[in-house]
Amino acid sequence: MSYVAQRLVTFPLILFGVSVLVFVSIRLIPGDAITAMLGTEAGLLTPVQRQALAVYFGIDQPMWSQYLHWAGGLFSGDLGISVTHGKAVLGVILDRFPLTLELALLSMVIALCVGIPLGVLAATRSERPSDLVVRLFAMLGQSTPSFVIGLLLIYVLSVVFGVVPPMGTFTPLNVDPLANLSQLIFPAITLGFAFAASVTRISRSAMLDVLGDDYIRTARSKGAAPRSVVWAHALPNALIPVVTLSGVEFGYLLGGAVIVEQVFALPGLGRLVLDAISQRDYALVQGSVLFIAMNFLIVNLIVDMLYVVLDPRIRLASR
Amino acid sequence: MMAVLRALFRHPSGRIGATIIILFLLAAALGALGLTPHNALKQFPIDRLKGPNPAYLLGTDLLGRDTLSRLMLGIGQSLVVSFSAVACATLAGTVIGLLAAWWGGLWDGVLMRVMDVLLAFPAILLALLIIAIVGPGTFTSVAAIAIVYTPIFARVVRGPALSLKQRDFVDAARTFGSSQWYILTRHLLLNLVAPLTVQVTLALAWALLTEAGLSFLGLGTQPPSPSLGLMLAESKNLMQRAPWLMFFPGLTIMLGILGFNLTGDALRDILDPRTQRRGA
Repeated sequence: MSYVAQRLVTFPLILFGVSVLVFVSIRLIPGDAITAMLGTEAGLLTPVQRQALAVYFGIDQPMWSQYLHWAGGLFSGDLGISVTHGKAVLGVILDRFPLTLELALLSMVIALCVGIPLGVLAATRSERPSDLVVRLFAMLGQSTPSFVIGLLLIYVLSVVFGVVPPMGTFTPLNVDPLANLSQLIFPAITLGFAFAASVTRISRSAMLDVLGDDYIRTARSKGAAPRSVVWAHALPNALIPVVTLSGVEFGYLLGGAVIVEQVFALPGLGRLVLDAISQRDYALVQGSVLFIAMNFLIVNLIVDMLYVVLDPRIRLASR
Repeated sequence: MMAVLRALFRHPSGRIGATIIILFLLAAALGALGLTPHNALKQFPIDRLKGPNPAYLLGTDLLGRDTLSRLMLGIGQSLVVSFSAVACATLAGTVIGLLAAWWGGLWDGVLMRVMDVLLAFPAILLALLIIAIVGPGTFTSVAAIAIVYTPIFARVVRGPALSLKQRDFVDAARTFGSSQWYILTRHLLLNLVAPLTVQVTLALAWALLTEAGLSFLGLGTQPPSPSLGLMLAESKNLMQRAPWLMFFPGLTIMLGILGFNLTGDALRDILDPRTQRRGA
């Protein structure tokens, strides 16, 4: 079976596993759903009313039947109703998704623009001072938690420059691009920093590998310009692992950057899950966790396919 | 073992990493023995929000508690959570990976697909889900980090275990009538120690990061117990008046993660001859 076909077959299988895991874990949360929904008012219910509500929400059914009902709804995009928001779960998620998607894209752009040139620079000057500086940057970037960078950024902006970064609001890109950018740029730099560090490391080591290959020596001995050997001959091949890494990181970021959203008070997907958990909005937790896991799986699938396109060796090896 | 340690101290980044880890262990040990400059929980209301000074080397917080003493206990807390979580993940992941490789066939498929399902969740999300079920706290952080890291260890172990299984010395051991247990522990596991050691060190860096992140969100260690993430979260609204409350915990978390990352990279260079050439 070809590599891609294998991935396509396991994809629905894993998605099924994910949906079961999400469904079961929500039901493991202590306390019954009706009390969670109504809070203290649940105490005022008579047993008959309680039973009626249980029938209404379908929680009087056995677990497998509840699962089938829920999973059946998924195919038509019905993830249930969010108690705290008073509307369909999918609608609540899709309200938050643009911010998360934009933030993830912006961070990736920053990471690639910073990471690839630095990685190439370090690889072509291996073991020289500039290489050491780049490696130090990469190591620090990988070791500094996003909330430390975020807080430092806020500190530098507000105390040193007297600029208070806009927080707590989100203006969609199509409404006011400038306001949108000013809200997202600092969180994106925060997330992009660690991301850039990983991109730097991986492009440096991939570039070092490729620069040692025979075909590079051939290109050099033919008299190709050093610059063109690095950028035209070596870089395209060195980018393969960078694509994989960026894809996986991007998939993670699509799940919402809970901590950075918390630092900058941004209403993204991560905060949505966090709030849904603390408010015991089970339908919302269930729906958003599934949504995030699905995005992650789809991004990974795309990365796997890109990998095959970029590196024909995989296609041939699996035949 | 001693040879590896000696090599670690000869390796430039290994030396820095190992020194940081030793300092952290020392701070945690002193904290656990109660040998902190002040009582970390005691409030000195007169000395609220004092900057670093001879009496309080790293300043005090809003309640007049000593930052240095709280950092020492916080380091201990972080290390305890990280070490226990990574120990559980290593054990569970190794057993699952070994058995998947050894049994093969259907078992391999089932076990590894279950691991794939766990890997389909972004780590912090899986941790949040577990916290939703069990409730926030120290134990939950350990469980969450352990469950997130188990599939990674299972993968790290399964690949090499599969190829070791095909090797002649395993066949030879079987012909000699060695028990399965003996082959699994002596022939497979012992050969996996090197990749596992590297993975454990890097996992510790990640566990430290996650522990700090969870407690930053208020989901890990609960107050009044000091924890690095919580100290940072509390510093956010005070950063203009008391920036040291942000700098020191932030720096401590960064150094800890850096220590384990540097050591992990150095160990990879030392234990895996293929990467020595690159020094990456």
